[in-house]
Amino acid sequence: MSSELEGFEMMKQGAEGRLFRGAYLGKPTVVKERFKKMYRHPDLDEHLTKDRIKAEARAIVRSKAAGVRTPCLYHVDFNQRRLYMEDIVGSVTVKKFIKDSLIGCSDEEAMVKIKPVAYEIGSIIGRLHAHHIIHGDLTTSNILYSLSESSKIVLTLIDFGLSHIDNSAEDKGVDLYVLERALLSTHSNADKMFPIILQAYKKANSQESKTILAKFEEVRARGRKRTMVG
Amino acid sequence: MVIAIGFEGSANKLGIGIVKEGVVLSNPRRTYITPPGEGFLPRETAQHHRQNALIVLQEALEEAKIKAEDVDVVCYTKGPGMGAPLVSTSVVALTVAQLWNKPVIGVNHCIGHIEMGRLITGADNPTVLYVSGGNTQVIAYARKRYRIFGETIDIAVGNCLDRFARVLKLSNDPSPGYNIEQMAKKGNKLLKMPYAVKGMDVSFSGILSFMEERAQGLLDSGEYTPEDLCFSLQETIFAMLVETTERAMAHCESSEVLIVGGVGCNLRLQEMMGIMCSERNAKLFATDERFCIDNGAMIAHAGSEMFKHGWKTPWNETTCTQRYRTDEVEVIWRDD
Repeated sequence: MSSELEGFEMMKQGAEGRLFRGAYLGKPTVVKERFKKMYRHPDLDEHLTKDRIKAEARAIVRSKAAGVRTPCLYHVDFNQRRLYMEDIVGSVTVKKFIKDSLIGCSDEEAMVKIKPVAYEIGSIIGRLHAHHIIHGDLTTSNILYSLSESSKIVLTLIDFGLSHIDNSAEDKGVDLYVLERALLSTHSNADKMFPIILQAYKKANSQESKTILAKFEEVRARGRKRTMVG
Repeated sequence: MVIAIGFEGSANKLGIGIVKEGVVLSNPRRTYITPPGEGFLPRETAQHHRQNALIVLQEALEEAKIKAEDVDVVCYTKGPGMGAPLVSTSVVALTVAQLWNKPVIGVNHCIGHIEMGRLITGADNPTVLYVSGGNTQVIAYARKRYRIFGETIDIAVGNCLDRFARVLKLSNDPSPGYNIEQMAKKGNKLLKMPYAVKGMDVSFSGILSFMEERAQGLLDSGEYTPEDLCFSLQETIFAMLVETTERAMAHCESSEVLIVGGVGCNLRLQEMMGIMCSERNAKLFATDERFCIDNGAMIAHAGSEMFKHGWKTPWNETTCTQRYRTDEVEVIWRDD
């Protein structure tokens, strides 16, 4: 079915597809292959995969324009369901960064390291939303952490498969809610991180933040107040 | 050897089960079934539970061949669920506990499903998909809690199925979901409908309104049969569930999936989840209708785990609550 990716090595199987690492035109490259998911109806699979490749490619380019670091897009291969992207060399997921920060440290000590990262998370999401880009799957696994040559924190946003363009406060609120939930379930210090994220978010998206945060509270309440009968 | 009796009545099922050290001694159940096109309402459902409670209790004791004094702890569903049925069932449990002079434990319904699923299947530390008429959650254990990674942001998947069955006027006997499943086997034309996945969360209300608005027209025009619509609905919403479960698995680096809750006995959902698991070398655990669907044994089993670790619900806290989130309970019985 799919042709071999020569010179590429499988990195891991993510939620959306398989990731391969190698070189494309001499550059370190990650290939994301959304292989056919046999569990779902072929028509549905075809339709979702096409949509998501398109959404991802589009959002990568748009985010860059919004001043948010994303991997460079090198090539889109619809037939093989593959995206060729820049490999952010030397990066780890923010999830791993936070977990590693907590090793052998008190919570307070770890927070000193985590705080600037949390702040940066808030500001990139703020910038994204100010340009009406909804990521759709914000988790700490989908943000990469690395250091620039001048030792500045660089965060790269990845996995835009569920992204779309929308200027509604509702969608932006849900985006924040998804992130909050992912943080709470993954990290023991989420309650300290999230307020910092929101603080930076307000600054980066000052125009709309009031309505979006009100919507966010509303979405949150929907979750908590649902009766869950049965 | 702890013998626990569990009373479950959070929705339209009344179940009383007796469990001895992880072995189910008895687990009788009655279901309140409404006419086609109608759902179950709190008042009538509670009435059903009150009418059947003593008969089912008798059955549970007789089948388990134990006497009241053999019971070590009485467990009941504290929530979440419908208020009136919950209270009606808990009153029976509390009365029995007073009569027999036994300690009481109020159990979280969702925890009951998870612990019963782990017991029956032997799954160790799975990512749990909990799907029923009132709940849709993707859960994983971390730091002494069952954490909710994803869930529905509006109605539950079972609720979507139940209400769609009302649109088609399908029978509620034995359950609307079962009848949709049987119809879907004969359908093959896929209708394109909204597909709402938001990260690890899902949404079903848009799909339901879409179907409610269009179903009649699609049937009248002869474009789709009722079987096709059942097929399309199942294929779409189950794909959403499998996708979010897979996303949670990737995020938690987990290689086990456990499906619990009433919708979990749908064989097509199990099949789809099984394929997803094989594509990522993971293992699927699922149970059949005896334990997927609400039952008393799951409350008894979860309660006895809590009891063995020193949990007792003081009398002044033996209340019920309609809202009781899975992650509110501290999981004192797991050491990992």
